[in-house]
Amino acid sequence: MPPVPGHDARGCFVYRTLDDLEALREYANGRSTGIVVGGGLLGLEAANALRLLGLRTSVVEFAPHLMPMQLDPAGGAMLRRRIEELDIAVHTGTGVTAIGADGERLRVDTAGELALDTDLVVFAAGVRPRDDLARAADLAVGERGGVLVDDALRTSDPTVFAIGECAAVEGRCYGLVAPGYAMADVVVDRLLGGEATFGGADTSTKLKLLGVDVASFGRTTGALDVVYADPANGLYAKLALTDDARTLLGGILVGDASAYGALRAAVGGPVPGRLADFLSTGAPDVALPGDAQVCSCNNVTKDQVLAAIGDGCGDVPAVKACTRAGTTCGSCVPLLKSLLAEAGVAQSKALCEHFAYSRQELFDLVRVRGIRTFSALVSAHGTGRGCDICKPTVASILASLGNGHVLDGEQAALQDTNDHFLANIQRDGTYSVVPRIPGGEITPERLIVIGEVARDFGLYTKITGGQRIDLLGARVEQLPEIWRRLVAAGFESGHAYGKALRTVKSCVGSTWCRYGVQDSVGLAVALELRYRGLRAPHKIKSAVSGCARECAEARSKDFGIIATEQGWNLYVGGNGGFRPRHADLFLSDVDTDTLVRTVDRFLMYYIRTADRLQRTAAWIEGLDGGLDHLRAVIVDDRLGLCADLDAAMARHVASHTDEWRDVLEDPVKLRRFVSFINAPSTPDPSISFGSERGQPVPLVSLGPRA
Amino acid sequence: MTWTPVCRFTDLLAERGVAALIGDAQVAVFRLHDDRVRAIGNRDPVSGAHVLSRGVVGSRGDRPVVASPMHKQAYDLDTGECLDADARVPVFPVRVRGGVVEVGTA
Repeated sequence: MPPVPGHDARGCFVYRTLDDLEALREYANGRSTGIVVGGGLLGLEAANALRLLGLRTSVVEFAPHLMPMQLDPAGGAMLRRRIEELDIAVHTGTGVTAIGADGERLRVDTAGELALDTDLVVFAAGVRPRDDLARAADLAVGERGGVLVDDALRTSDPTVFAIGECAAVEGRCYGLVAPGYAMADVVVDRLLGGEATFGGADTSTKLKLLGVDVASFGRTTGALDVVYADPANGLYAKLALTDDARTLLGGILVGDASAYGALRAAVGGPVPGRLADFLSTGAPDVALPGDAQVCSCNNVTKDQVLAAIGDGCGDVPAVKACTRAGTTCGSCVPLLKSLLAEAGVAQSKALCEHFAYSRQELFDLVRVRGIRTFSALVSAHGTGRGCDICKPTVASILASLGNGHVLDGEQAALQDTNDHFLANIQRDGTYSVVPRIPGGEITPERLIVIGEVARDFGLYTKITGGQRIDLLGARVEQLPEIWRRLVAAGFESGHAYGKALRTVKSCVGSTWCRYGVQDSVGLAVALELRYRGLRAPHKIKSAVSGCARECAEARSKDFGIIATEQGWNLYVGGNGGFRPRHADLFLSDVDTDTLVRTVDRFLMYYIRTADRLQRTAAWIEGLDGGLDHLRAVIVDDRLGLCADLDAAMARHVASHTDEWRDVLEDPVKLRRFVSFINAPSTPDPSISFGSERGQPVPLVSLGPRA
Repeated sequence: MTWTPVCRFTDLLAERGVAALIGDAQVAVFRLHDDRVRAIGNRDPVSGAHVLSRGVVGSRGDRPVVASPMHKQAYDLDTGECLDADARVPVFPVRVRGGVVEVGTA
């Protein structure tokens, strides 16, 4: 922390460790303003954190512009415009001289006339290496801190090395991961008797700060600087060249950094293409040179990746294992894919050993040829008897095309256990039951029924993230009796077990909420009933928010709807899970009919063309042309598919029946819901329950993985 | 060898299994696509749950297999060998006599 008088007052924080952030978050609760001291990389990250904590945020930077280490004044000014648009106040060219405490409030004095009143202050400037250990051991430290090392990374005691952020290599500290790895390589070589030296490191950076792309690489000024500035769109680009304009020395990109990869790789050589293309519209399509760095975290070049591919690495996981590229931050994985394609490695689309086709191709085969059974499909177009990959996939395709109940005839044998028993298998072999609660809206009477059923069957109950209730611990032979009670009370299957529409979550909307502008519950219920039971390549989730406050979290869904004063905004391609992604805006201010028609087509096109277990986000990313392609197909009808997609959805809506009611009315299907075929009502003796927080839980004397 | 009748052959769905209780033993009985029958232990040795009868039946190469519904490891229905993990399940003799499926136990 910089030696500012009053820096240790209550309400002053540093931005360094998880504990710091934890303390900051706690303190920010219920407070309204915050000031960040420092307008560099760390400071802007801190400003974003304060903004997300709901504080009115200001940034004070000593240098004349933001990010002085990476940007020039014009680039800094463009970044400032973009950040001020987010209602963050920016004060540059002024140093903080003192912090004064006045009760709960803090007063920040600066060298100029500026004095700011605030609830809390975050110091994100004057970061120093943690060299306490070196100081305690009487090792030499740098003038500005850090364990002083020579170019072999030896400290003043030749038997001790230092690497990474704590090391001051001939006085200079590097705060990035790539130089740390390069230092480690040098020390390894030295330990093995080699002569390697650390000759400085590439400190090029590309990041997204407060939603703005910022990159700098190489030298940020040369004999000849070519500059492009577009304040209307918040874009700034600068390329530094030699005086003959033939050699690229480095550059700065603000607002759009898509050309970063191609440009950084070209430093030291000619600009790879027309200058104007790089400056105005992002990355043109150029082939990277062989020595271009593909993975900057692990310093892997394109040639090394190509060599690994040549040695037989046939997919991304193999390339990762072989070269370590893509194993740290993962941002180069798309590049690895395109290098595989560039090297002519055909990424096999075969579903499994039984079919040489992708899911989309199988879907078309089944649809066009009118195939209605797995046996017909595998004997005509596949080999063997199928497996746990292709059978459920074909079952899903048959269901999407409307081939009756999922447990009819041969289809029953294709279903994964969840679809086979219309429930979700749990770790002890019991199942969970999830009745549909459209939009999360439920009457007291029905809530009571759920409670009574859970109590009478000894089930564990939990509220799900999709605004419904999960009943866990049902044995297979109990499922029909549980559902008889639920169906009698008006419930139907929630399809929690299917790769199908799950829920359409909602906030209370304009009916109750003083901020709501549309009836989000009404729309959510209508959408959930429209798409219930729709089988798809993966689960589909949705939500409707009644105003821009977005309480239903619609942007984390495959399709999410947010109410506006004029109608609805539609967002597509979001998900939570392993790789969370916000949905992208697809339509603005449309009426309900347009909205529903577009969602119909979106879902049907997804069902027809996506891969197995591919969520909508990855599907859209994989479409040639992405969101624009999707808009061309389902809004502008460029492929002439819309009438067909509309008709397919109309058939789905018209043919819906409740899967569980159908089972209860069919003695043949009901016969499968037994514990033992020769002792139908004897419970599985291996299943038993303990109790936790007043509810039954599986007793896993099972010894998992034993 | 004791042969225990467990169900009629026609109770079995092609390429699907059922569970049977023989004394204390849980047995998973399968009917293959060509109407052969196979029986293995119902306990999935990887998860410890008695669920193998509820897996998807198919083939791996020439071997008839069932995939555990828990974590999808495939088990050879002829030998009980797990093809995806170091595990094995017991195999039971099984036959069809007069339309009735019988499982043999020692």
